[in-house]
Amino acid sequence: MQIKLKLNGKLVQDEVAPDKILLDYLREKGCYSVKRGCDTANCGLCTVYLNQKPVLSCSVLAVQADGKEVTTLEGIQQEAEEFGAFLADQGAEQCGYCSPGLIMNVLAMKRELMNPTEQQIKAYLAGNLCRCTGYMGQMRAIQNYLRKEQTDESSQ
Amino acid sequence: MFTAKHYLLAESIQQAYELNQSKRNAILGGLFWLRMGNKKIHTLIDLSNLGFNQIEETQQEFIIGSMCTLRDFELHEGLNTFFQQAPFKSVEHIVGTQFRNTATMGGSVYSRFGFSDILTLLLCLNASVQLYQKGMLSLEEYIQQPYDRDILMKIQIPKQTCQVRYLTQRLSATDFPVLTCTVARFETGWRIVLGARPQKATLVRYDLPQFPTQQDINGLLEFVQKQVVFGDNMRGSAAYRTHLAIVLIERAIGSILEDSHAD
Repeated sequence: MQIKLKLNGKLVQDEVAPDKILLDYLREKGCYSVKRGCDTANCGLCTVYLNQKPVLSCSVLAVQADGKEVTTLEGIQQEAEEFGAFLADQGAEQCGYCSPGLIMNVLAMKRELMNPTEQQIKAYLAGNLCRCTGYMGQMRAIQNYLRKEQTDESSQ
Repeated sequence: MFTAKHYLLAESIQQAYELNQSKRNAILGGLFWLRMGNKKIHTLIDLSNLGFNQIEETQQEFIIGSMCTLRDFELHEGLNTFFQQAPFKSVEHIVGTQFRNTATMGGSVYSRFGFSDILTLLLCLNASVQLYQKGMLSLEEYIQQPYDRDILMKIQIPKQTCQVRYLTQRLSATDFPVLTCTVARFETGWRIVLGARPQKATLVRYDLPQFPTQQDINGLLEFVQKQVVFGDNMRGSAAYRTHLAIVLIERAIGSILEDSHAD
């Protein structure tokens, strides 16, 4: 089946099988930040944006992305690197496998929630599992990052 | 994982219904459960172009399209104001934001899962479902019906003034619930629903006065202990669920009464 979508800002057109999962399609297109984790829609590793909303690409068909806009970590590289530095500062990643999914969802949260509380951050990111860090370092990194973003915004 | 030969973005409900009469075809909801199986599907039918992805608020009711996501339901201001955040609370523990951005209300209601948070709330709020062939049906009736090839188009929740509380117990934050409980006090009486027993949500048929005494509440709790069927699974035993039911119901009633005393 023919699909046409905007992938990381570029128009792409492809022939895909009706049962091809978006995750597989995106990796075939060279978006290797999109990781396969649990494959049962629980871990958040495969998070991408579909029309700006974070979704699990392991549970969306490539054909469902037809006519839509798909963004992976590769499409928001600069913003991702900025937040990634905060994760590194806090030693908030070990194997790093969950980081792309986490970063995608943190950046989605930043757009959706104004000054989220710790409770709101935990609730928004409940679908991003990490089996190395215990989440404390991630929480510190997120809060530091959001504080810095706020300071930057208010100084502009 | 299932396999599929064709995908169709349905152009009309009639077209979707006709295709869905063949057992070889399947309707796409949020895809989460479908993809856990290994069905060989001929045509996947996508309803997302049929206008069922809106929540409409009228004077009498809320009308929720079957393709609305759990996140739409969770964040809908009108629903949350009218039902005191119960819609938000009923879905907040379901996996994560990304999951709820694609899981559909229709998928949850049609499937009538034994562990469903949403069914527990909707049943308590006197919801009805609108099916393409059978028309309007109360959710209470729909829950009892066998699965068929009809298409769930909309879910309607009447705007009946009530105080409502949604409570759930989980072993870990985003896991399936061990027990779900919704308690609401309407002008006509109380409605109490227990779900994840681990069977489908069920209404507790017991008359409780508008302002019950502790003795009245004890009578209800005794009734729940004796009459409601609970079962065992890997998340909890029937005995544990019975105990939880009593705690959650009492807590919910207490919270509603506390609010009415404060008023």
